[in-house]
Amino acid sequence: MSKSLKFVAAALFACALSAPALAQQKADAKSGPRYHIGRAPTADEIRGWDIDVRPDGQGLPEGKGTVAQGEKLFMDNCATCHGEFGEGNGRWPVLAGGKGSLTSDNPVKTVGSYWPYASTVFDYVRHAMPYGNTGSLSVDEYYALVAYVLYLNDVVTDQNFELNKKTLAAIKMPNEQGFVMDDRATSEKSFWQKDPCMKDCIAPVKITGRAAAIDVTPEDGKEKKSRGVE
Amino acid sequence: MSKTDSQSRRSFLAAGAGVAATMLARPAAAGGNPANQPPNVPEWTKSLGEGVAVRPYGKPSKFEKDVVRRDVEWLTASRESSVSFTPLHELEGIITPNGLCFERHHGGIAEVDPADHRLMIHGLVERPLILTLEELKRYPRVNRIHFMECAANSGMEWRGAQLNGCQFTHGMIHCVQYTGVSLRTLLEEAGVKTNGKWLLVEGADAAAMDRSLPIEKALDDCIIAYKMNGEALYPEQGYPMRLVVPGWQGNLWVKWLRRIKVGDQPWHTREETSKYTDLMPNGKARRFTWSMDAKSVITSPSPQAPIKHGKGFTIVSGLAWSGNGKVKRVDVSLDGGRNWWPARLDGPVLDKALTRFYYEFDWNGEPLLLQSRVQDETGYVQPSKAELRKIRGVNSIYHNNGIQTWHVQANGEVENVEVA
Repeated sequence: MSKSLKFVAAALFACALSAPALAQQKADAKSGPRYHIGRAPTADEIRGWDIDVRPDGQGLPEGKGTVAQGEKLFMDNCATCHGEFGEGNGRWPVLAGGKGSLTSDNPVKTVGSYWPYASTVFDYVRHAMPYGNTGSLSVDEYYALVAYVLYLNDVVTDQNFELNKKTLAAIKMPNEQGFVMDDRATSEKSFWQKDPCMKDCIAPVKITGRAAAIDVTPEDGKEKKSRGVE
Repeated sequence: MSKTDSQSRRSFLAAGAGVAATMLARPAAAGGNPANQPPNVPEWTKSLGEGVAVRPYGKPSKFEKDVVRRDVEWLTASRESSVSFTPLHELEGIITPNGLCFERHHGGIAEVDPADHRLMIHGLVERPLILTLEELKRYPRVNRIHFMECAANSGMEWRGAQLNGCQFTHGMIHCVQYTGVSLRTLLEEAGVKTNGKWLLVEGADAAAMDRSLPIEKALDDCIIAYKMNGEALYPEQGYPMRLVVPGWQGNLWVKWLRRIKVGDQPWHTREETSKYTDLMPNGKARRFTWSMDAKSVITSPSPQAPIKHGKGFTIVSGLAWSGNGKVKRVDVSLDGGRNWWPARLDGPVLDKALTRFYYEFDWNGEPLLLQSRVQDETGYVQPSKAELRKIRGVNSIYHNNGIQTWHVQANGEVENVEVA
């Protein structure tokens, strides 16, 4: 059933019930609230939570920070996991490098090699970092940290570069054009079939790979080493 | 009845007679403690058990202690930003028990006090709203059963068979009945402005996870849920409220939901750019690959659930699902995809929900290359891994819905393999 048909059906159903309350609700649906449950948030409440940022800069707060200021903050708050140069310790995320690796056998997806928008770094870091101490830095400090991460990726090259509302929105990331909309409906059209094949569909097969040979499946009380997957 | 079917049936009857004879000859073959078996009276019959309310919140039998979520330690850097897997090989039907639903957190489990939790709806709306849990519960309720699958489910298998168990290869999925409020109801209450095209949905955990959701989906079938399988959401599933986005990747189902902002463009957050984008062999990545394609897997037999009974009547049990509608049919192959036999769907077949299938046959004890293949109501047929790799390569991480092969050996042990 199409959405509009569903809507018509729902409306007819509502009409069929002649209870005054329902009639009242229907009349209000377009012009105002139906249930009057909850209240309007105050401007202060919205301001405290409204921290998202878009690629066009919408949502960026007033404030500023330089690469040099960010370097110190990074060493104190981030380097333990991400490494001093954003190279990533152990399995913690790599933040820099990986340029030109996206078509290789081992793509390294970093802020510089992969992320399409600088605003995303600010949005993410302010939402979720430092890991385990979310939101503990000031807006100026977040600007400085993001400036340093961009510097690690050669997106900005001057130690004195100041990141703020205006300069951040103007930054173009190297891989901005590296994304396409979900195209499965066309590029994978062959997966839609009338009737699936049932008999003699392919030549007889042989085993070509075994999970047991790789031996990385966890078992209670046994140490396993990976061959890495990310 | 085809020739093969009738042959199979005859050999099954013969085998059945053989099994019965064996059972008569060796009564203690099943193991255990003979003192508790006939003709003796077992210990639990001789004395009283615990009374009511000794277990105010029931748990499974102590003999089921191995039916638990498990993680793969080497996958992630820390347990707070990691994943645990549903033990699919131990479960039946289509509903996942709340305590066994896989977990994926980005900042650990937020232990939210519902008295202090707020849901804020603002942005391009006529009437911004802030709601408590109690207020949310005053809105009209809906009940829906839906699967929820992480886009990275089976992501470790792109380069070949790696993890030996369907808990690990396919266990980033669960299916429960949600109770909550239609997101459409709340958006109508707030009054979305005509230029409101996207929603930012955000959680209250230590990652404050945020994602962009197109308004068409938000007004279609999304739910703000506060109950799962009849009881309050578990903390690891987003207590006190989470977003339900039927058929779409789990990452969008924001847990501990605290904020919905209506805007006119997507935000391109970290989780929809750096993550949950699918890198293709040409170096370009697909973005906004929200829906989960049709997929199926045989849950038993599987590496963690070998065949212990030897040859004879054998039940193949599995799950099928599609993010684009209902399951239309499932076929099973015993020879690695050369020939297929229709499986039997049993129990409810619901939109964007897990569907249980069975294939019952007489196993002659010879090795098998077991596969299952689903077709959904849109006509989409689950592709082989080779067909998927031909288009997507091996570096896309997400959306691996290729056909799984289990190698059943003569001794009943099962192994995750690749075939060609």
